[in-house]
Amino acid sequence: MRFLPPTVLATVCLVMLAASIAGCGEQPWNDPYRAADAGRAIFYGAFAERPKHLDPVSSYSENEAQFTGQIYEPVVQYHFLKRPYQLVPLTATALPEPRYYDKDGFELPADAPAENVAQAVYRVTLKRGILFQPHPAFAQRSDGRYYYHHLTREEVATRATLADFTHSGSRELTADDYVYEIKRLAHPHLHSPVAGLMGKYIKGLTALAERLRAAEGGNHGFVDLRKYDFDGARVIDRYTFEIRITEKYPQFRYWLAMSFFAPVPWEADSFYAQPGMKERNFTLDWYPVGTGPYMLTENNPNRRMVLERNPNFRGEPYPDRGAPGDAVAGMLRMAGKTMPFIDVAYYSLEKEEIPQWTKFLQGYYDVAAVLPDSFDQAIQFGMKGEAELTPSMQDKGVKLVTAVEQATSYMGFNMADPVVGGDSERARLLRQSIAIAVDFEELISIFANGRGVPAHGPIPPEIFGYRAGQSGINPYVYEWRSGHAARRSLDDARALLREAGYADGRDPATGQPLTLYYEAISGGPSGKAQLNWYRKQFEKLGLQLVIRVTDYNRFQEKVREGTAQIFSWGWNADYPDPENFLFLLYGPNGKSKYGGENASNYHNEEFDQLYVRMRALPNGAERQRLIDRMVEIVRRDSPWLWGFHPMAYALNHAWYGNSKPNLMARNTLKYKTVDADLRARLQREWNRPLLWPLAIVLLVLIGSVIPAWRSYRARQRATAR
Amino acid sequence: MSAYIARRVLYALPILLGVNVITFFLFFVVNSPDDMARLHLGNKHVTAQAVENWKAERGYDKPLLWNAEQHGVQRVTDTIFYRNTVKLFLFKFGQSDSGRDIAFDISQRMVPSLVVTLPVFVLELLLTITLALSIALLRGTYFDTWAVIVCVAMMSISLLFYIIGGQFLMGKLLRLVPISGFDGGSAVVKFIALPVLVSVVAGLGFGTRWYRTLFLEEIQRDYVRTARAKGLSERGVLFKHVLRNALIPILTGVVVILPTLFIGNLIIEAFFGIPGLGSYTIEAIQSQDFAIVRAMVFLGSLLYIAGLILTDISYTLADPRVRLT
Repeated sequence: MRFLPPTVLATVCLVMLAASIAGCGEQPWNDPYRAADAGRAIFYGAFAERPKHLDPVSSYSENEAQFTGQIYEPVVQYHFLKRPYQLVPLTATALPEPRYYDKDGFELPADAPAENVAQAVYRVTLKRGILFQPHPAFAQRSDGRYYYHHLTREEVATRATLADFTHSGSRELTADDYVYEIKRLAHPHLHSPVAGLMGKYIKGLTALAERLRAAEGGNHGFVDLRKYDFDGARVIDRYTFEIRITEKYPQFRYWLAMSFFAPVPWEADSFYAQPGMKERNFTLDWYPVGTGPYMLTENNPNRRMVLERNPNFRGEPYPDRGAPGDAVAGMLRMAGKTMPFIDVAYYSLEKEEIPQWTKFLQGYYDVAAVLPDSFDQAIQFGMKGEAELTPSMQDKGVKLVTAVEQATSYMGFNMADPVVGGDSERARLLRQSIAIAVDFEELISIFANGRGVPAHGPIPPEIFGYRAGQSGINPYVYEWRSGHAARRSLDDARALLREAGYADGRDPATGQPLTLYYEAISGGPSGKAQLNWYRKQFEKLGLQLVIRVTDYNRFQEKVREGTAQIFSWGWNADYPDPENFLFLLYGPNGKSKYGGENASNYHNEEFDQLYVRMRALPNGAERQRLIDRMVEIVRRDSPWLWGFHPMAYALNHAWYGNSKPNLMARNTLKYKTVDADLRARLQREWNRPLLWPLAIVLLVLIGSVIPAWRSYRARQRATAR
Repeated sequence: MSAYIARRVLYALPILLGVNVITFFLFFVVNSPDDMARLHLGNKHVTAQAVENWKAERGYDKPLLWNAEQHGVQRVTDTIFYRNTVKLFLFKFGQSDSGRDIAFDISQRMVPSLVVTLPVFVLELLLTITLALSIALLRGTYFDTWAVIVCVAMMSISLLFYIIGGQFLMGKLLRLVPISGFDGGSAVVKFIALPVLVSVVAGLGFGTRWYRTLFLEEIQRDYVRTARAKGLSERGVLFKHVLRNALIPILTGVVVILPTLFIGNLIIEAFFGIPGLGSYTIEAIQSQDFAIVRAMVFLGSLLYIAGLILTDISYTLADPRVRLT
């Protein structure tokens, strides 16, 4: 038997592979999608982490919201274009306005003081004719019996995906579905992350949770929540329901825009609770049921997730008004047209940055985040320091979209710490001097590629209460020079430190440099560089910063227990209201004592009193006045180094339209457009295969084998010596 | 032989138990059940009650190894370790900490892993043995010298370099195949071409050098000299005699990894977006999902032990003089 030489074998294999790829016609060889999809209005995106929860009651992460936001419809949503962010009705006929009642049940005016309000009622009236997506849970026989509500374990075991259930149905959205979901917040086995928080506000929710826990025991079967009376949410009629909360809490309307308050049909819970369903991974966490413009038709988060247009979606007009400049930017081009514009959305699992970035450059993803490794390829800074695209990106027609995130990233002092914390003048001056020395402008430039806005307080731009310009600077850290905020000099910081009793950064008790401790999470080489940078910032004042690197769990534990001295922390807004940032400094929210979100354990009586008043006020001059005072208090006390508000940078291809960033809304896919023909043309242009280098490799291989073969032949023919 | 196999299977039980104990300790030294609960519930607005509920539902509210509050045998059985470990030995992997059925996920992910590891295994074996025999054939020539140098160089390069280099060259520069991803049916060919090529090339240096050493050792033996003296060609000597006699060391390295092909390659799957068991394990470690980590470590140990038993059996097939008693 004769073997083919390896080079010939390799050539044959390569030719076969090339033939199999080239069999796709005009489709580029490296196209990761099916040829049949070319030219269709499909959105191509990526996700890095498998969404854990798609059940609206437990879904809270950003990576989950990109799916749940398109599927579920709460009663209100954020206007896509207008800024500052404002709520508009989604399935409700109008924005729900609260009515207030005192403890005797008498109605109070809208501006009633919070302390007089014993109950606030939000009445919601739904639009009629809204239908759920097709789903087997709704499938009924002609006699009204459900096809799939009494399945045996064996019947379930024969099915691998929802598509294996041949019948499907739908029904109209009613008030019951919203009330049912609010009851689900209390379900002990659904672990809603906001159950504890909402239990403080929604009347009877905590008691309902206790009743459910007692009634259900260890049984994980279907609990028909319709049978449980609940004061917190009541159905008034088929299209109207009420939510009762126990205090004046105007921010509650923002919660109504989140998936926790999206409708869930009882049929879905009943369907998924059947024996054998969980073993086949048929759960609401995996197969959501909504009324939104899209439905999840493929859920394989190991590979890809597919959203397809919901055939029962009623259609919704694209907004005809926006913020100033939107019309010029082409954002109103689709005004009044019926959404959604995209038929299908493919989200592929992409765990590594390099393949994701390369596929974006090849045109196989419509959008990309600007990742640290690819930043220099994509972004450069102009003469005035403004971010702009590099020439290669401009040649591709890529668009850069930036927005300040409704978030803050800060360095916190533990106010319970005996050295840096507390209300003493000494500690306050120490914190103020450090606040000057740690140059966050430099940090943004070096470690965030300029993607951030230095913070002067806890409230980010575009949130009510934020002040820009001279009136908005933090006078303890900055001064106004030549029309912009300039960080105070190190001499100022040293003077404060001297006043605090730490001249030249030395602890008078020991005569040695004052040693402070920074808790950090290990973060690889770039993280180490940043930690060294922190150390150098403190060294400017003669202070010694000891970095204690630990793992994520221990770090969280130290902050939770109040044993960390200095640490970095951040917050992403749940909703665009100053309350959602100022509550991070509200005393009764202290993390170590009360398990709240006040990680610094900051406590100031005046601030807390103002917070309670501010929270209940509508946006206006009085609220602004209170916020200004609160911000002044915390700036002076300096429990945080205010850090920066991160900026989101996104890159969009030329064919991807209506790309105005909206960092509060999660249901933005319906507004987007795709020019599929332009995409297909550019993909072909950018991805022509290069074959000649392969030929060279083959020639080199052959060239290296021939002399070897000759020497073998020569040896074989040689006579014995 | 059946008595031997039965004995080996019994030996496997304490090994599996030991592996379980080590995994359990390593995991819970780094993560407490509280940490796991907080990671799964998220960082915002999580209450102590929510953490307790989460732990209670998954049995993580029990003591780790010893329950002093119980009596008798329940002091051992009413613990996290016992309740989770016994189920594994019955092949009941249960639910992941995020609520998915682990056995179902394993069954779904095994095929993509095999689709990559099987061709890599076959191609790498064929190529390395062929190359090693060729180098042995040309021993002492410049080809031999350069081949060894190239093999050592290839062994010294990290797999990550091969992956990133392969993606850059084949996917980005030459634009011949998708840089990552996966699909079913015939489309799978274009997705696995690059991970298979990269894996084979990355393993070529080590494999070739290892087999070359084996073959050169065999070539020194008396039966080879006899074969040559009888007038057999060098090719005949190598392929008919040397290869056959080198089978035992080859089988030692090869058969043991056969069963582990099912669990895939962690790094290759992560970089190329292959939805196999390798990436499943990596994700579970990253998300601190102990239920999956425990199941995958158990499965990996089990398959490795199976590989060792298969190796012993294969010796009897390769060499009739070997007896398993």
